[in-house]
Amino acid sequence: MNTPTYHRFDTIIVGSGGAGLMAALHSGKEVGTAVVSKLYPMRSHTGAAAGGIAAALSNIEDDSWENHAYDTIKGGDFVVDQTPVEILCREAVECIYDLEHMGLPFDRTPDGRISQRRFGGHTRPVPGDSSKREPVMRSCHAADRTGHMILQTLYQQCIKQGVTFFDEYHMLDLIMVEGECRGIVAIEIATGRLHVFHAKSVMLATGGFGRMFKVTSNAFALTGDGPAIAYRHGIPVEDMEFYQFHPTGIYRLGVLLTEGCRGDGGIMFNGKGERFMETYAPNMKELASRDVCSRSIYEEVRAGRGVSGKDFVYLDIRPSTINKYKSSPIHRDGLEVDDHFIESRLSESLELSRTYLGIDPLKEPMPIQPTAHYAMGGTPTDFETRVLRNASGEIVPGLYAAGESACVSVHGANRLGTNSLVDLVVFGRRAGKAMARFAKENDFKPIPKDAAAPTKKQIESVLSKPRTEPWIRIRDELQTVMMDECGVYRTAEGLGNASKTVAKLKKRYESTGIQDKGTVFNTGLLEYLELGCLIDLAAATVASAESRKESRGAHSREDFPDRDDVKHFNHTFATKEGDLGVKIDTRAVDVIYVEKDGQKVPKYPLEVRKY
Amino acid sequence: MSELTDPTKGYLSTRMLTVQLKRFDPEKDKEPHWQEFKVEARPIDRVLDVLMKVKWDQDDTIGLRKSCGHGICGSDAMRINGQNNLACKMIVQNLKSDKITVEPILGLPVIKDLIVDMKPFFDHYKSIMPFLVNNDPAPTTERLQTPEQRERFDDGTKCILCACCTTACPPFWGNREYVGPAAIVNAHRFIFDSRDQAAGERLEILNDAEGVWRCRTVFNCTSACPRGIKVTQLISEVKRALITGVVDVPQPDEVLA
Repeated sequence: MNTPTYHRFDTIIVGSGGAGLMAALHSGKEVGTAVVSKLYPMRSHTGAAAGGIAAALSNIEDDSWENHAYDTIKGGDFVVDQTPVEILCREAVECIYDLEHMGLPFDRTPDGRISQRRFGGHTRPVPGDSSKREPVMRSCHAADRTGHMILQTLYQQCIKQGVTFFDEYHMLDLIMVEGECRGIVAIEIATGRLHVFHAKSVMLATGGFGRMFKVTSNAFALTGDGPAIAYRHGIPVEDMEFYQFHPTGIYRLGVLLTEGCRGDGGIMFNGKGERFMETYAPNMKELASRDVCSRSIYEEVRAGRGVSGKDFVYLDIRPSTINKYKSSPIHRDGLEVDDHFIESRLSESLELSRTYLGIDPLKEPMPIQPTAHYAMGGTPTDFETRVLRNASGEIVPGLYAAGESACVSVHGANRLGTNSLVDLVVFGRRAGKAMARFAKENDFKPIPKDAAAPTKKQIESVLSKPRTEPWIRIRDELQTVMMDECGVYRTAEGLGNASKTVAKLKKRYESTGIQDKGTVFNTGLLEYLELGCLIDLAAATVASAESRKESRGAHSREDFPDRDDVKHFNHTFATKEGDLGVKIDTRAVDVIYVEKDGQKVPKYPLEVRKY
Repeated sequence: MSELTDPTKGYLSTRMLTVQLKRFDPEKDKEPHWQEFKVEARPIDRVLDVLMKVKWDQDDTIGLRKSCGHGICGSDAMRINGQNNLACKMIVQNLKSDKITVEPILGLPVIKDLIVDMKPFFDHYKSIMPFLVNNDPAPTTERLQTPEQRERFDDGTKCILCACCTTACPPFWGNREYVGPAAIVNAHRFIFDSRDQAAGERLEILNDAEGVWRCRTVFNCTSACPRGIKVTQLISEVKRALITGVVDVPQPDEVLA
């Protein structure tokens, strides 16, 4: 292995999805910035986001950012940091206009404004009766490929601005000196050469880690590299027990059918042809939040009411069904849904169903099951996107994070649909600006001459080990145990089993090597290293889930079915201890207080979460 | 229930496939060569699953790109049975024969096995100014655009830059300086966007020996596009704009005036 190549930039951004590109645009305007990504920019998984991006524009129905904030806090089952949520919902509005000005092709209303649609958990007080809430059209959309359009638009702007990219460079280490982050080490995939990127600050924007579960909507690339590598350096991961299962994954394949299907009137039926969401969420029905819908599907399947007694239910978007139940918002205007309406708004979902299920959704319902979708947890940050070193909130100078890899905690125990895209643009932008400020106020600090030595050693050790078993078996077993024991429902016994299994898998992982010893595009090596990230994060996830002895949001403990606001109204911080040990701490939820009748009361009081 | 979702058919039944894979390892091989693998596949499997099964179970030195696995990221463009497609968008059930050949897309330098150097492709894309240009001060809210104006350039926005079209194009094989269908599709996306002000500059770039006139209307691009974009038609619309000097964008109706 040759001497590593040395680079120096004020700001290094790892990951080229929505958060990374948004940060690159804002940091790149002011200071030397480079994006390092293991994928080409347009390949990131932001592109798979379908249904929309929420902002209270009031283009179709009266709405306010305060409504959006309330929904987000309730959606997250209240363990949500309220200051960042208010930032999220306020800044969402200007970010949407920003994106439109950059050229994002939003769908339009007849009067030329950005079109909006309904999405799960997004509500407003019923006009005239503020004690009740109703669904509101808040999700701005570009057909059902909104994420793809965001990714495309941001990349186009990066080209316009001349942002520097290191495409297909895979980060393998952070350069940490005296508790500060001063750069990264990456491998150039095409040559196998190591590169040292010396920086004033580094941003982790590496996305989620859904590949630790068997059935997932996540890309192969989503292996949590950022949070995992930070975790190995003693930086905690926050709220890992909160992992969202999206209710409408394509049966067995896990690929997502957008929640927009339900926003536009799609209905879920069990094997007996019953609209079961009427039982679980009488008010919002299919537009209840995702955790509620996913649990409802599991309950139906457990009660033997899956289709043909199997483990799936139907999602029906046939115009005849939607018209029969008058479940589309356009019924209010006296209109009916037809094939063309569905084709124009949900074309991607139709195509996915036709390709992967052989089903035309205009004629038949689609078999669906919950699919592992989104990590509410990740590397903890404050609302300036600065990474936290511990549960008392001290920061790691020079290290930033945003997007799914981070946990600024705007999603709490369950994220609302469309809020991931809001999170990317709002906190991606804040990260870019914050890093530019940091770069102007600070000088480069020295890094060790042999900064790449640990990485070099790591690679040499993998390449020199004999392959005692195909590592893919270890991955398959990890995904199975996480899906079965740490999925939608959890118990102490199951989690105990998962914990032991993960420990055993880690030993097996460490003792086996790979076949490919080459340097050019050694994807075997990279997949092996990605699996290592998943194993470490799985250990943290299981330990976090064991520590939370209550049910809240996406975390459902069958042995503790109720929410416990006395013991568990807090965040979980998991820190690595030794090889596989995990130390758990808690951090208080950020609550905003307001003056009412001369007393300080919470602005968003705790309530029982019902839809 | 469709056959694919019927567990007894789509998931439990299997069929033995023979995969002919074009291999090239720059560290070992002087020339590319074919290698044959046998693999058991289910009707529901994607060709990508089949290739990953071969890689993971039989030979992890095989090089290929992949990411989303459902046709939106554009990583896994390859030539399957002589036709460009995304490996994740082809289902085993739809394969006519039990033998499939898989090779890298043509016209770009092969780095390893199915992996080609995408840089020349992205350079062509960047050359046509693939970004909105509007020098007027931005309003405090959105710029208005009618649904008809939005629809005008919709098709091109579906592009995922997978390179299936450009590397299926015979004129591109013959001349790699040609910007190729993908770049023209992306130019079209902005030329016909009512908010954009640089149509003239983009048309000038494409009115070049290596621009839109290289297109021989072979239609390979349209059949290769995994996103169903009417590539040849979009190219023709750019040609027409150059010939007539008119960029036909729908005018805002009275509501917006």
